[in-house]
Amino acid sequence: MNTLSEDLLISRRIGLSISTEDLDAAEVAETNRDTVGDYTVFDPKITARDVNVFYGTKQAICGVNLDLGNYEVLAMIGPSGCGKSTFLRCLNRMNDTIAECRVSGKIHLDGENIYHQNIDEVLLRARVGMVFQKPNPFPKSIFENVAYGPRLHGMTRDIGTLWDIVESSLRKAALWDEVKDILEQPGTSLSGGQQQRLCIARAISINPEVILMDEPCSALDPISTAKIEQLIDELREHYSIAIVTHSMQQAARVSQRTAYFHLGDLIEVGATNQIFSDPLHPLTEAYISGRFG
Amino acid sequence: MTDSPSDNSHSVATETIRRSLARRYRQERHFRRWALSAVLAAASVVTLLFASIISNGYSAFQQTYIRLTIYFDPALISTPDSDPAADIPRVLITGDYQGLIKQSLRTRFPGIGKPREKRDLYALISPGAAYLIRDMLMERPDLVGSSKVLWVPADDDVDMLIKGHIRRDVREDERRLTDHQLAWIDQLISEGALKKRFNGAFFVHGDSRDPELAGIRGAAMGSLFTLGITLALSFPIGVAAAIYLEAFAPQNRWTDLIEVNINNLAAVPSIVFGLLGLAVFINFFGMPRSSPLVGGLVLTLMTLPTIIIASRAALKSVPPSIREAALAIGASPMQAMFHHSLPLAMPGMLTGSIIGMAQAMGESAPLLMIGMVAFVADIPQNLSDPSTVLPVQIYLWADSPERAFVERTSAAIMVLLGFLITMNGLAVVLRRRFERRW
Ligand SMILES: Nc1ncnc2c1ncn2[C@@H]1O[C@H](COP(=O)(O)OP(=O)(O)OP(=O)(O)O)[C@@H](O)[C@H]1O
Ligand SMILES: [Mg+2]
Repeated sequence: MNTLSEDLLISRRIGLSISTEDLDAAEVAETNRDTVGDYTVFDPKITARDVNVFYGTKQAICGVNLDLGNYEVLAMIGPSGCGKSTFLRCLNRMNDTIAECRVSGKIHLDGENIYHQNIDEVLLRARVGMVFQKPNPFPKSIFENVAYGPRLHGMTRDIGTLWDIVESSLRKAALWDEVKDILEQPGTSLSGGQQQRLCIARAISINPEVILMDEPCSALDPISTAKIEQLIDELREHYSIAIVTHSMQQAARVSQRTAYFHLGDLIEVGATNQIFSDPLHPLTEAYISGRFG
Repeated sequence: MTDSPSDNSHSVATETIRRSLARRYRQERHFRRWALSAVLAAASVVTLLFASIISNGYSAFQQTYIRLTIYFDPALISTPDSDPAADIPRVLITGDYQGLIKQSLRTRFPGIGKPREKRDLYALISPGAAYLIRDMLMERPDLVGSSKVLWVPADDDVDMLIKGHIRRDVREDERRLTDHQLAWIDQLISEGALKKRFNGAFFVHGDSRDPELAGIRGAAMGSLFTLGITLALSFPIGVAAAIYLEAFAPQNRWTDLIEVNINNLAAVPSIVFGLLGLAVFINFFGMPRSSPLVGGLVLTLMTLPTIIIASRAALKSVPPSIREAALAIGASPMQAMFHHSLPLAMPGMLTGSIIGMAQAMGESAPLLMIGMVAFVADIPQNLSDPSTVLPVQIYLWADSPERAFVERTSAAIMVLLGFLITMNGLAVVLRRRFERRW
């Protein structure tokens, strides 16, 4: 009984703290939604121009222009439901798997339109890896989870090399020490945070050129988070990374550029330290100072 | 901004919850009691069913046999104008084996002169005994000229008397056995020459008009062939259709139409499928009537909707995140399906298929339409031989007037249930195997 009433109490307190204080709703509605800042980069890996996404009749992304540079980490931040995941899923055409989802606009990977009909989605997704918001390991052994990609793409026929790939992927994902003795156990038997790291290991096992990470650390403790952030930092030497995060500190720590989304619009994009120290748009400023979201 | 809830509101909330808890637990107890009584009721009905079937049917696994000393008289076996040495098997086919048995009975009970009494005496032995002797001689022609002690099956009336289904205490003309016959039977019993033995014939013979010779083998083989075809066709086709509809078919009016039709087909009375089979497979394609081939095709049509619906449900229940994970790492939709979704859906698909197969196994109505209800004494050797199936055999025997077919009907039901239990057991094993893989 006690714990129940305590819970009630706690939830009430949280309810209190979530109120929006200073920012007037009318002010939010009236502010200009055009993107502030320079969305282009000098050396782009991916360029997205005028991207609109509809779920049925509902528009989830409105005319977004954004570049992802080579060897950079781009952080995407914004309140829940603003379309970060949706935009990320456009970049490897995962939205194609949702029947009522329509994407328009131009997205180029290395200058090639990935929505062109001649583009092979399978190859595209092998080049643009993804870590999902919710951990989704295969219900197979831990080893199989990581070995699946390399085997699928015929990256190795030799079991020894395969073991090397599995081990190095798991090491990079800061999971090796925890699972090296239980590789034959099902990946689904791991804890939520371990599963997420397993999914990261699975994504990097095939050496993609771009890695899309949708809140990869939301279920992780600070130590694992630090390891993943270190991994992201290392991966940046060879890959381009787009990461969605709800942690402003994380965005500040790992990214070079930050994009702020709001209700389907890209509000502001710029160098990370500029966004966090000197945001130009009032919405960005409100968000990063913690006044709503 | 507001002050935290007071202690008073705490205790009120706790009290409310406490009161509702008592009610919730009471509901739970009620529900458990209901569920338990439902399970018990179901179990007792099943027990009753099994008890009645087994108590009716167990006696069919025993059969009364009579011991006779038979002299393989060359005069009766080979006709005078044939040369036994030249072509023994041909000669043996035409021998008068009934005569051998009559001869043996006459020497056993000497002094019976009246033709009517003789006929009654001969009637103690099953007409099928002659064929048994023939088969024995075909195998060992060297026995001709010697004599041998044999246990031959008694007639079904004798069998029924021994099993207590024919009463001795009624008037002679109301009884199926005469006083003479009763006396002979008693004499045979006292000499130890009439005994109940295990009825192996029931498992190796086909159907027969004489209950003591009738066996389940023909119907069992017919069922096996028919279900073999049904399984071989309906499982792959059903699963493939489900995969296509679930993962690859475009979402448009045509697929909606197909879906509605599949659901409707599952509700079509099975006899309609029999009519369809008659019109299409037999009349149009000219496939052999009464054959397991046509039966299997008809049952395939009947089972397909069940398997497709169950397989689609199984595929739907696989979390889409698994498929997304596979696609995101560069698997083609086909690979995502066959490497991940399909193995996960397999247990559900197997369950659906087993339900469909069990349904097909117990189905008789559509098979009546394609002629699998014919009396077939021979055991089917291949897919186009005329045959019948277990449920139809049960129907045929249940329809027969002889008392001895009653127990055989129950015995056939037991065999059918045995088949079903084996099949379900197999399904459980298969499902375990698939589940263990992940
Ligand atoms: N499969 C879907 N079908 C219909 N609408 C969807 C679907 N997925 C997302 N949406 C809608 O699109 C909008 C953006 O969703 P999205 O998942 O991109 O938000 P997000 O920024 O990732 O939020 P979060 O931070 O909570 O993950 C939401 O309003 C949501 O309701
Ligand atoms: Mg999201």
